[in-house]
Amino acid sequence: MRPPLPSLQLAERVCTGERRAIARMLSRAEAGSDEAREALDLIYRRAGNAHVVGITGVPGSGKSTLVAKLAAAVLKSGRKIGIIAVDPSSPFSGGSILGDRIRMGEVSGDPSVFVRSMATRGALGGLARGTLEAVDILDAAGYDMIFIETVGVGQDEVDVVRAAHTTVVVSAPGLGDDIQAIKAGILEIADVHAVSKGDKPEADKTVSDLKSMLGLGLPAAGLRRAVPVVKICSPREEGIGELLAEIDAHRDYLVSSGEYEPRRQAIRERRMLKAAEHVLHEEFERHREGRMAGLLAALADASISPQTAARQLLAHIGMEVRE
Amino acid sequence: METKTKTDIIRVIIAKVGLDGHDRGVKIVARTLRDAGMEVIYTGLHRTPEEVVDAAVEEDVDVLGISILSGAHMTIFPKILKLLKERDAEDILVVGGGVMPDEEAAALKAMGVKEILLQDSPPDAIVASVRRLVAERGPK
Ligand SMILES: Nc1nc2c(ncn2[C@@H]2O[C@H](COP(=O)(O)OP(=O)(O)OP(=O)(O)O)[C@@H](O)[C@H]2O)c(=O)[nH]1
Ligand SMILES: [Mg+2]
Repeated sequence: MRPPLPSLQLAERVCTGERRAIARMLSRAEAGSDEAREALDLIYRRAGNAHVVGITGVPGSGKSTLVAKLAAAVLKSGRKIGIIAVDPSSPFSGGSILGDRIRMGEVSGDPSVFVRSMATRGALGGLARGTLEAVDILDAAGYDMIFIETVGVGQDEVDVVRAAHTTVVVSAPGLGDDIQAIKAGILEIADVHAVSKGDKPEADKTVSDLKSMLGLGLPAAGLRRAVPVVKICSPREEGIGELLAEIDAHRDYLVSSGEYEPRRQAIRERRMLKAAEHVLHEEFERHREGRMAGLLAALADASISPQTAARQLLAHIGMEVRE
Repeated sequence: METKTKTDIIRVIIAKVGLDGHDRGVKIVARTLRDAGMEVIYTGLHRTPEEVVDAAVEEDVDVLGISILSGAHMTIFPKILKLLKERDAEDILVVGGGVMPDEEAAALKAMGVKEILLQDSPPDAIVASVRRLVAERGPK
């Protein structure tokens, strides 16, 4: 075995598009290793060109199948495409079964495509903690468009909006009367709506329901852009070209309206805050170890409340809050 | 050097190569490894050796597990090993599963397959040999 290559050297190879190096760098970013931080700084400086597209929707709505077809269409337009597919980690074992790749057989293996599966590793919000570093890596490696497939989302899992330039919400018809996106609270986050499984008869109703919902919201919210709704059928490759055109048009809109830079700045700000939160959390976990016995006893005989105990714990480990 | 972080989560890709049609066995193995805290990438049925090796490289897995029940193992494993070598990815540990006589298992191990787990290997043995192989390899 060769000894591990220092991350800085790896980063140089990432920037020349070397696949092994990209793959390894992705693992180090994902692990959040300190040794990789300087390399990730370098990569961050080289990134910033790719169009980052989030694909979200409830579980089983057809995201992976769609991503594969969209990727094929992007390839045809002469662009390189990176795909990051996120699946949940088991809260019990920490392990994960990453199955999105099953649907991506037709594009994986193409030299202009890079597909990577990521487990959430405990992160909430539909993304993994290292997802945005992974985006930087693929971006710096020369991938023009990067799709992030989130885990199948519900209410609180909409981090992708603060990670992507363009968010596509996928809704499948026929799972009850309600539009899934509304139920899941993700109607508002879409820059583009895709109604999947267009071969099903109920798809047209989903499209028209969605359009009327969006029409209602439009004037009230003072939005400047009508959100398009595209019906697709991935297996038959219907609506894919149109959807890609809407995704491209959204980026053009962001640029021409002046919203692109503020959106990117919001992403950067969010990343900084998330990273800081994470560091604090790790610090806390590390320091609280073995410091709780007394407080737990006090809680048990109700001599203090959990709220007060929390303050005392923080004071105990030097992370106290000043009122 | 490397700080000890979640780098230590073992990543495994499990593939079925060839024409045999069911994947119950590999799904059980996938679940076993997940329950042991590993990340398991499952690629589905009927993959070609090229697809599997490309996926293993992109996913930066520690272990590439291949199940072959069609009897084609003596051609497919050498092909996989050759492709890994061409992609400068020989550090990916190849583990085979299926049914085969001892002599063939020995021949494959001599070629560079790290472990052959026969179809009736108990889950604990599978987990243990993956962990052992990764530990023997050291950090990457
Ligand atoms: N009828 C029909 N089925 C589809 C279509 N697109 C996808 N499916 C099926 O829907 C199921 C789920 O598809 P996926 O692409 O895996 O869905 P997903 O949203 O990625 O699922 P998760 O990642 O598990 O959340 C699969 O069985 C697909 O074959 C479609 O256009 N029509
Ligand atoms: Mg999926």
